[in-house]
Amino acid sequence: MLDDIDRRILRHYQHDAAQPVADLAEAAGVTPATCARRLDRMKGSGIIRANRAVIDWRALGYEVEVSLRVTLEKSEPRAFDEFLAAAREVPEVVEIQTFLGRVDLRLSVIARDMGHYQELYRTAILSLPHIADIEGLMHVARIKTDEILPL
Amino acid sequence: MIELDTIDRRLLRELVHDATQPASTLGRKLGLSQPATWRRIRRLYDSGVIKGQRLDLDHDRLGFGVTVFLGVKLATKGRVSIDDFERAVSAIPEVQTVEHILGLYDYRLRVVARDISDFERVLRRRIMMLPGVGDVEANVILSEERRPGPIG
Repeated sequence: MLDDIDRRILRHYQHDAAQPVADLAEAAGVTPATCARRLDRMKGSGIIRANRAVIDWRALGYEVEVSLRVTLEKSEPRAFDEFLAAAREVPEVVEIQTFLGRVDLRLSVIARDMGHYQELYRTAILSLPHIADIEGLMHVARIKTDEILPL
Repeated sequence: MIELDTIDRRLLRELVHDATQPASTLGRKLGLSQPATWRRIRRLYDSGVIKGQRLDLDHDRLGFGVTVFLGVKLATKGRVSIDDFERAVSAIPEVQTVEHILGLYDYRLRVVARDISDFERVLRRRIMMLPGVGDVEANVILSEERRPGPIG
């Protein structure tokens, strides 16, 4: 289990995942050796799954992001699995969530511009299997993105 | 916009998988010298292609068993209330992300909670109290995948 020191380290680490262990240790008020040992233990136990680079797709020319909310045909028992398998084959799909709620799942799709999005939507998205209903929400701006857990 | 070659793309994939790998390890994987790898890594960060690093934590084991996407519609529009809403919603610790969207809703929030009753608390005491908040639609996440995206 985690103790207060682990939580303190994680709190600071979440706010800046790129900082060196020495800085993190200082911020959390522990020695660098303690900090490194705690981090190793939390990685080893799987509490820290990874420290990942985050891509800015705009810097690579992907200006458009659309959230597609999908309802599936429930009459087909394999609808979820088959839809998910096909959606994973579309490179521009960057996130897939399944839900308990008004819609069954959501795809986050990126495109270079509206023309590219329209082409993707027609060729790659509408051809995905078992779609009963689909609605698009256009992404305008990110106001908060840190995904920090309130530990 | 910067152009990436095949090696940059492989390097980017590696860094999305694990950004803490040393340049020497990455260089061995890609058949590059350590200094050449380091220069390519720096270029990815300096050009803004990599905008930062994010910890991927096991939410369940940290006691956050529930993640909900909330679609929020503003009841009253106008510049002042939008600014107020954005500032207030961003200050809620359980709200992980706030996105302004066009369509059925005005904002999408990602909200974490310990369990469903904790989520209800956040919804009633925090979200529903926000200035200008109107209709709210909740979808509880059952599973989530982050895909590598079009980096070849």
